Amino acid sequence: MGYTLIILLLPLVSFALLGLSGNRLSYKKSGVIGTASLLIVALLSFYAAGEYFVTQKAGAVFQTLVPLNVLWLNMGANLHIDMGILLDPISVMMLVVISTVSLMVHIYSLGYMKGEKGFQRYYAFLSLFTFSMLGLVLSTNIFQMYIFWELVGVSSYLLIGFYYTKPTAVAAAKKAFIVTRFADMFFLIGILVLSYYTQTFDFGTLTSGNSAVFQQAISTQFMGASALAWAMALIFVGGAGKSAMFPLHIWLPDAMEGPTPVSALIHAATMVVAGVYLVARLFPVYVLFTPEVLQGIAYVGAFTSMFAALIAIVQTDIKRVLAFSTISQIGFMMVALGVSKLEGHEGLGYMASMFHLFTHAMFKALLFLGAGSVIHAVHSNEMENMGGLRKQMPVTHLTFLIACLAIAGIPPFSGFFSKDEILSATYQHNTGLGVWMTLVAGLTAFYMFRLYFSIFWGKEKQHAHPPHESPKSMTFPLIFLAIPTLLGGFVPFGQFVTADRAPYTIHMEWLVAGISVVVALGGILIARKLYQHPEKPTMVPSGLKGFHNAASHRFYIDEIYLFITKKILFNGVSRAFAWFDRHVVDGFINGLATTTDWFSVRIRGFQSGEIQWYAWVFLFGSLLITALILFF
Amino acid sequence: MGELLIDNAGAPVPILAYQLVSLIIFFAGIYGFFTRRNLMMMLISVELILNAADINFAVFNRYLYPGEMDGMFFALFTIAIAACETAVAIAIIINVYRNFGNAEVDNLKNMKG
Repeated sequence: MGYTLIILLLPLVSFALLGLSGNRLSYKKSGVIGTASLLIVALLSFYAAGEYFVTQKAGAVFQTLVPLNVLWLNMGANLHIDMGILLDPISVMMLVVISTVSLMVHIYSLGYMKGEKGFQRYYAFLSLFTFSMLGLVLSTNIFQMYIFWELVGVSSYLLIGFYYTKPTAVAAAKKAFIVTRFADMFFLIGILVLSYYTQTFDFGTLTSGNSAVFQQAISTQFMGASALAWAMALIFVGGAGKSAMFPLHIWLPDAMEGPTPVSALIHAATMVVAGVYLVARLFPVYVLFTPEVLQGIAYVGAFTSMFAALIAIVQTDIKRVLAFSTISQIGFMMVALGVSKLEGHEGLGYMASMFHLFTHAMFKALLFLGAGSVIHAVHSNEMENMGGLRKQMPVTHLTFLIACLAIAGIPPFSGFFSKDEILSATYQHNTGLGVWMTLVAGLTAFYMFRLYFSIFWGKEKQHAHPPHESPKSMTFPLIFLAIPTLLGGFVPFGQFVTADRAPYTIHMEWLVAGISVVVALGGILIARKLYQHPEKPTMVPSGLKGFHNAASHRFYIDEIYLFITKKILFNGVSRAFAWFDRHVVDGFINGLATTTDWFSVRIRGFQSGEIQWYAWVFLFGSLLITALILFF
Repeated sequence: MGELLIDNAGAPVPILAYQLVSLIIFFAGIYGFFTRRNLMMMLISVELILNAADINFAVFNRYLYPGEMDGMFFALFTIAIAACETAVAIAIIINVYRNFGNAEVDNLKNMKG
């Protein structure tokens, strides 16, 4: 299946072409080039997925294929970095997800970004991102993954800061880059620790379940935990940064400053699930050798999902609501991975997590593109400027409703199935955690329908010009993505992607499913009661005022970050270092200069410019030295 | 190497006599270098100093190490170098003359601290 190399390289070619030709290409041409290359990539990905899942099932389990692996950097017998392509169920699934969503975003952007300054640059960056993300999922070793990991980070930075004349966008881009980069530092340390003890970067060796590989890493103890546990925890911190887990989530809501299709592609469907993908990729290591770290991942995910859901309830910017909802849903995926085991039915969580990743990518991209369509129509991100749009924008309304039902977990939409699997897996593991996640599911339904009713129902607002349905290039992706959102749940996912690669038949746990549907319906009904009728303004019960206030400020996490960085780091630590630098280091150098200057002022008179005077001094100097040598 | 020169009494000329000549030439050169203001005269003084050194090379070689030729070659070498140096110096002096209308060393005082 060597043609998968084309999938990887085509976006790179298109990036180089669009990036180098810049404004020399008309915006129409560059849009067509970007979209056409993505169309080829998507078709090849579908073909590859079909071929892989049909033919590569040797015996009962899916095989890992490495169609290409070249030595890239050779630094000695034990240390070499390879570049290659790895095909296994999760990477093939990610291929499909990335290329589908990316293609839809490319098409959508033809309409959404029409007439924007820098349209060509936008498409070049989209191609760069697609290339990096594909490279990330296809990596054969953890170092290659790290390289592409940074590349998606930089393309995310470039696209968030696309409107670089807007100060908030610039700040958001910087924030996203710095926060994820900070997390990536831990990721790198984790990689180095892991490879130092295991002598390999290769995923094949790492995930083979062979305990001999980790012998040394496990036996080395550091501060009460094995080196392996430290390495895996540090690697997870990197994943948590990209996937916006608490407390590294602060960049994602601000990343919504970027163009909406970018939010759909990068900050909802693909890049932010890289952390989940990373944990899934290294899942055998986590589950076999460091179950305590996996446990920690589950709790981080559970806390984050509740935390983000609570904030999402009170946000007024529709993209911010979706951003927090993304954080919450990624929390779901992390929980599912965290509670999973490796074999058979106990591996349900792994499968559920990947399933949710798949369905979430589709419906969340749909939600974002729908939101983009609304923003395009009313020229505002704020809910208070929206209302009653269901009549003016029927296609957007219908597809948005489908996506809302999917994320709320109403059967038979795709989200119901994947979320139900996650809840079942969680209940299997721990009832308390299960109840907690069910509550989050209820909150999800509530805030999504608050969003839905606020946008499409209620009183129509005054607009500069009446809102109208978006052009075909924008509605087509909505309709296309609505299909997997509607039917994705019926994909027999357990046949394809499981923790131990053996097919697994999903069966409903009716009790769990029943409870979650009831809770979701409850959330929807409350939202309907509160937000469908415009006459009743959003009331906040007096008991919840404090909560409302805190949640609107995102529980002051940004303020805490600012306090730590500005007050403690900048004022406390940095100031002392700055003083040392200015006074001691600079002082020493300045002192040297001052002394030299002082001395040279005093001796400059010797250089009179009279050659014969020099000769006299020379003569008497040499005579003096001769005398000294002779007589002493 | 041939016979040493002999004086009227038939004895070889003592080494000291050669050195006396060399000394006189050398200090004549030093004196000229310090007192003359004309660059050309200073250059001639420098040549005198070099010639004094050449005489010393040749004499010491002949009297102290008659079996070897190192000092002689050194003297020849110095003559060649001195010729080159003179060429450069004259080029400089001509330029000084063109700029200032004369070749006085007092003109060249710009390079002072």
